[in-house]
Amino acid sequence: MTVSVRFFARYAELAGCTSSAVNVPMPATVGDVIAKVRELFPGTQVMPPRPLAALNRRQVKLDAAVNEGDEVALLPPISGG
Amino acid sequence: MSHITRHPLDVNDLLARVQGPERGGTCVFLGSVRNDDGVTAIDYSAYEQMADEEIARILGEAQRQWPDARVILQHRLGEIPAGEASIAIAAAAPHRDEAFTACRFVIEEVKKRLPIWKKEMFADGTTAWTDAQRQAKPTTR
Repeated sequence: MTVSVRFFARYAELAGCTSSAVNVPMPATVGDVIAKVRELFPGTQVMPPRPLAALNRRQVKLDAAVNEGDEVALLPPISGG
Repeated sequence: MSHITRHPLDVNDLLARVQGPERGGTCVFLGSVRNDDGVTAIDYSAYEQMADEEIARILGEAQRQWPDARVILQHRLGEIPAGEASIAIAAAAPHRDEAFTACRFVIEEVKKRLPIWKKEMFADGTTAWTDAQRQAKPTTR
């Protein structure tokens, strides 16, 4: 299945892009998508082992299940305000 | 009113949206860009759609906890010069305790939850992301 992956701030610089479509075998979790991202975008291998992630615009744990067409976002440490 | 803007924040506009004759205490919090280590500006970026939704959730939680209070916030994005505000929160309630507490709640949740990032800009043209790695060891200066 294909999920949409978005990169923000420093992670976009590491990936060299702000978004991509990534194919992973079903069933898959957010963690599986991140493992695939590390393969496809070697610059992202320096991300922490368990980066912050959002699934369809809500922060989730890495064991959250993903479905076809979902949007997974990789979030550097949050520093708003 | 959008919670996210690329323009300077207007505190009077926020105040007008929360104040009322039944609310006797009003509290405003402004977070501004500091000139730490020669920082001249900070470039703020966001996962805008999620940030907007998360702000609405935080304000909804505040409303449920303090039903008589009115709380609003705006976050500015883009390049913000040192000394100017990046976030403004206004909370009005019948009494000051609720206004202060609701305002404090909102800024603390913002700090934990909003997908917003800062890139510090220095006078010599260099930049550095503000995150855990930057705090541990400057990487691009």
